[in-house]
Amino acid sequence: MKPIIKSAVIGAAVAATMSGTAFARDLVITYDDLNPAPKESFEWVIEQFKAENPDINVITNINDREAHKTAIRNFLSADAPDVTSWYAGNRMAPFVDAGLFEDVSDVWTDNGFDETLASTMPSMTIDGKQWGVPYTYYQWGVYYRKDIFDELGLEEPETWEELLEVSRTLSENDITPFTIGTQFLWTAAGVFDYLNLRQNGYEFHNDLTAGRVAYTDERVRATFERWNELMEAGGFIENHATMSWQDALAPFVNGEAAMYVMGNFAVAAMRDAGLSDDQIDFFQFPVINPDIPNAEEAPTDTWHIPANAQNKEDARKFLAFVARPDIQTEWNKRLGQLPVNSQAEVGDDKFLQQGFEVLNAAAGIAQFYDRDAPAEMAKAGMEGFQEFMINPDRLDRILERLDRVQERVYN
Amino acid sequence: MTDAVAPPIAGSPARTRKPRSWMRRNRVTIAPWLFLAPALIMFAIYVIIPIFQSIWISFYEWDGLGEAEWIGLRNYEDLWYDDRFYTSLKNNVIWLVLYMLAVPAGLGIALFLNQTVTGIRVYKSLFFFPFVISQVVVGLIFAWFYNPNFGIVGQVWEFFGANPPSILGDEDLVTYGIIFAGLWPQIAYCMILYLTGLNNVSPDQIEAGRLDGARGFRMLWHVILPQLRPATFIAVVVTVIGALRSFDLIAIMTQGGPYGSSNVLAYYMYEVALSEYGFRYGYGSAIATVLFTIMLIYISYFLWRMYQDEKGDR
Repeated sequence: MKPIIKSAVIGAAVAATMSGTAFARDLVITYDDLNPAPKESFEWVIEQFKAENPDINVITNINDREAHKTAIRNFLSADAPDVTSWYAGNRMAPFVDAGLFEDVSDVWTDNGFDETLASTMPSMTIDGKQWGVPYTYYQWGVYYRKDIFDELGLEEPETWEELLEVSRTLSENDITPFTIGTQFLWTAAGVFDYLNLRQNGYEFHNDLTAGRVAYTDERVRATFERWNELMEAGGFIENHATMSWQDALAPFVNGEAAMYVMGNFAVAAMRDAGLSDDQIDFFQFPVINPDIPNAEEAPTDTWHIPANAQNKEDARKFLAFVARPDIQTEWNKRLGQLPVNSQAEVGDDKFLQQGFEVLNAAAGIAQFYDRDAPAEMAKAGMEGFQEFMINPDRLDRILERLDRVQERVYN
Repeated sequence: MTDAVAPPIAGSPARTRKPRSWMRRNRVTIAPWLFLAPALIMFAIYVIIPIFQSIWISFYEWDGLGEAEWIGLRNYEDLWYDDRFYTSLKNNVIWLVLYMLAVPAGLGIALFLNQTVTGIRVYKSLFFFPFVISQVVVGLIFAWFYNPNFGIVGQVWEFFGANPPSILGDEDLVTYGIIFAGLWPQIAYCMILYLTGLNNVSPDQIEAGRLDGARGFRMLWHVILPQLRPATFIAVVVTVIGALRSFDLIAIMTQGGPYGSSNVLAYYMYEVALSEYGFRYGYGSAIATVLFTIMLIYISYFLWRMYQDEKGDR
């Protein structure tokens, strides 16, 4: 008996001291990117926050991105941090619906974010309330090898015909026009989004991801026809189904492929792979239908407070802090992305400047196929895109399958 | 023994025998259960009860966060119309059939290595090596191996002037590619089972067989194999289970891709229930239930046949 009592006493004592330390304003922050630039910029932000709030004991966890996506469901309900990074749009909807994210509308009104973060406010709003704060976004577009283009006398294409012409010239010279790695599927969605945004416009694209248009619709079919034209003009590298987006950089760096439909985060990886700024350049995805204004793809990364957080007061402080113009300016400079706050300054990197211009002129901003569409639809859709890229003749079967999934998911 | 150890209890020295007598009388029956109890409790909590729980969940629609909604057999109905499910089932069958090659291959290697040559232990351990490596590493190595751009398979094809196939990117080849990778460690496992079995083969019977003029294949078939039956039994059961629960290689090498064509039930279940775009726990449980049923039938059949064989022998 005695040892049991003894250990119970020790246990109680340990529990007491532990709750004692938790008392001293711990703020647990979970971040989701281990890549060098994002990790470093995050660490910088934490240093700044600590310097301004010496009384708060900040504890940070950094997860791998893919791991974070699966872990978040567990830690939100079981062992919630005080602040966690996540994504805007449909991606946060399940957690909002399940009551696992805190309503932070007060942070928005208290800090005037309604105005300074107005551009992303719609994608942060569900049921008229805001559920998080954005800290960065980045443009998507076509990154290309300028040196190869120059060598072959090619210009940045602005129309669909020009893009097809460029692709044909490249493949005549034994260079694959586009590199892509579709093993993890989402890269193919980037191509689809742009084709659909240019072919059918922003409204239609939104209707499709919201389940209001069937995939067998003639207009969606037209989008896939464009895709097929692109593939016939030389299109994409072979074996893309076995490669990640990082693997697909190799042909681009070796000069075997000349273009890459990607987000701006790829620039850092291209530079790391040894390409100089003279060799890489960016152009906006070309116009397909001149009557349709250009909408762009710019996924937003965000911060949220879990409903089960221990220290919501300091968490609100952190959210207000990360949306401040000076912090967003400096953070995104280090991150190589664009600040969301309209009073923040854009870094002087040429890609950022160009992306900033493109996004400012955009008729609409799409989050990304897998953030705009519900997860289950996104998975089926992206598998369909991958299958289409390998077997274009199966289009009918793929579209019919997507209709069936759509029917189930949205009802 | 017990009498000597038991301390006298103050106040009732005369009556100490009586309460113990029931325990004493039944201790042969009780002792094994007492020793088994902790393991049985653990097994029930972590294995038996979850089986029924997941069968129960398969009647619900549940995203793991909100309220679960009772939908009866709808998940099974969905399965019936799900192309992906049939692809996975078909792949499971291919796995089951081809994975069985590990048993004769393991036996072959074991017979080959069952010699007394200098340094044979080193060779044996080298052959056993792939089983020691984690499946994750095996998957990664084979993914590079198959890569048409820089993998050795691509290099060999190019050497002969052919266009290398993208094994993991081709829906017709991908499953075979993964099974081949899986066979590598599995053969090693079967080999070690047979090597230990061969140690127990009685030399008298071989001697007797030899006197009767049995040599080579006849000796193997009529004298050695019957004695290896326990090893064969374990090898088959382990291989069947390994084939049906194949998961890690698929997760590492293809994530079920391209577009779901290398999926098997175990991975498909994970994908719909737990992965990034999944979170249909009910549907995942329905797949798990199907997989469980298949295993149950297959393994019961094997146990039953083994039991019949044993009975016939005696």
